[in-house]
Amino acid sequence: MRILYHIGRYFQLQGEVFSKPERFGIYWKRTIEEIDLLGVKSLGIVALLSVFMGAVITIQTKTNIDSPFIPLYVVGFAARQSTILEFSPTIISLILAGKVGSTIAAEIGSMRVKEQIDALDIMGVNSAGYLILPKIIACVVINPFLIIISMFLSIFGGYMAGTLSGLVSSANYIEGIQFDFNAYHVTYALIKTVVFAIIITTVSAYHGYYTSGGTREVGISSTKAVVYSDVVILIMNYLLTQTLLL
Amino acid sequence: MIEVVGLSKRFGSTQVLTDINAVFAKGKVNQVIGKSGSGKSVLAKCIVGLYVPEEGEVRYDGQSFHTLDKEAKRQIRQEIGMLFQSSALFDSLTVLENVLFPLRMFATMAPEEMLERAHLCLKRVNIIDKDGLYPSEISGGMQKRVGIARAIAMNPKYLFVDEPNSGLDPQTSIVIDELIQELTEEYGTTTIVITHDMNSVMGTGDNIFFIHQGRLWWKGTRDELLTSDNKELNEFIFAGSLMRQVRKAMKG
Ligand SMILES: Nc1ncnc2c1ncn2[C@@H]1O[C@H](COP(=O)(O)OP(=O)(O)OP(=O)(O)O)[C@@H](O)[C@H]1O
Ligand SMILES: [Mg+2]
Repeated sequence: MRILYHIGRYFQLQGEVFSKPERFGIYWKRTIEEIDLLGVKSLGIVALLSVFMGAVITIQTKTNIDSPFIPLYVVGFAARQSTILEFSPTIISLILAGKVGSTIAAEIGSMRVKEQIDALDIMGVNSAGYLILPKIIACVVINPFLIIISMFLSIFGGYMAGTLSGLVSSANYIEGIQFDFNAYHVTYALIKTVVFAIIITTVSAYHGYYTSGGTREVGISSTKAVVYSDVVILIMNYLLTQTLLL
Repeated sequence: MIEVVGLSKRFGSTQVLTDINAVFAKGKVNQVIGKSGSGKSVLAKCIVGLYVPEEGEVRYDGQSFHTLDKEAKRQIRQEIGMLFQSSALFDSLTVLENVLFPLRMFATMAPEEMLERAHLCLKRVNIIDKDGLYPSEISGGMQKRVGIARAIAMNPKYLFVDEPNSGLDPQTSIVIDELIQELTEEYGTTTIVITHDMNSVMGTGDNIFFIHQGRLWWKGTRDELLTSDNKELNEFIFAGSLMRQVRKAMKG
């Protein structure tokens, strides 16, 4: 029953988030700030993870399928497929849920416990819209770019690891990453990314917005934001994959 | 004018406010006094609609607040200025941006006028040259004053101030009290000041409401306050030695 209560309240909150903004100019400015805070400032961790994950995927693929019957381009092919289909959109989104989600919940949660949200409400500002909408828009706009960058870097990381260690030749890897390329897979990945961006921002904002108590509760909300975002992402990942790829 | 009719509020099983009936007059400084924990802040939050009372209603110039729809509530709230007991400044904005915030959100004036208005409000609370600092970089008393500047920025019709003097030295305290009184008289504001500072009560209180154990125990004017024979009220106002001396002098 508790879960139904949360789901109901979650959708009610979204209703407020998506009601008409008081001043577009102010929302615009807030969105730009959020793009910087939630998007651009995540670039470093995304880049680092992607290069190393790509490298590891490549090495593992090679060591696991080392057989004369398997064509040499398969390593590059496997690295590309796992990067585009799963690693970049899903794993990076899970990482972003940890980084961005906890930031959002902690920021909104501490505004709640310090009565700053009450102060917004008292002024007649739609506090949910003002605080949350710019974050949703920022992530929906910027996360696809982060994921595309992640795809390139992961495949590049694989290339570096494969060629430097001599596991795969440059020509074979490049042949592999071009082999049987299906642009729809990128579309699928980007659809997932956008859905995950919405999940991360709205679920985390929900936990922050309904924090009550003190700093301890802000910490709890922050943790819950990450856990629930992750769970919902995993469920949606399964559902989207079933509907979009089958 | 704000009317509170039969208002009761509880949190879980704790009854915080019981059957409060009060009329807060327009153009007057209405002071709500009472011991710590008596329910003053909760009363203010019920009046502005942050808490929904279990019973009773609040009327703003005759309009019953809790029955209004969201949009109508927002309309009324745009005419409310409130200083929270915790100041509740936005930490991500500077002092100046905090005061500008309601103006940018709602005022229909040119940006330069907004800036001018914000500076005027800051000057009235004696905050000068602190524009670019963040709330965490100024003292508690300064935060209170910036909170007042933000509350009065839009020239509110209804002004709520929760303990404007806590954390202020006696001199600044008087400046703030006088500012609140001036604004109230100048613009005919309905002002509700929550305080347990007897200096403010004696200085600026027009109508005084004494809350005790969540009930409106006594109400009256400043003069009636000193001569009242209400036991709990007397215990509250004559707790300090200064006030006891005043009473002695009055009797003598
Ligand atoms: N959100 C809440 N949940 C539960 N109880 C609350 C809540 N807010 C206030 N109370 C209780 O209501 C009572 C009155 O609190 P309130 O903050 O109104 O006191 P106050 O008169 O403003 O005191 P002070 O002068 O110290 O600010 C207290 O006993 C407090 O424990
Ligand atoms: Mg209080």
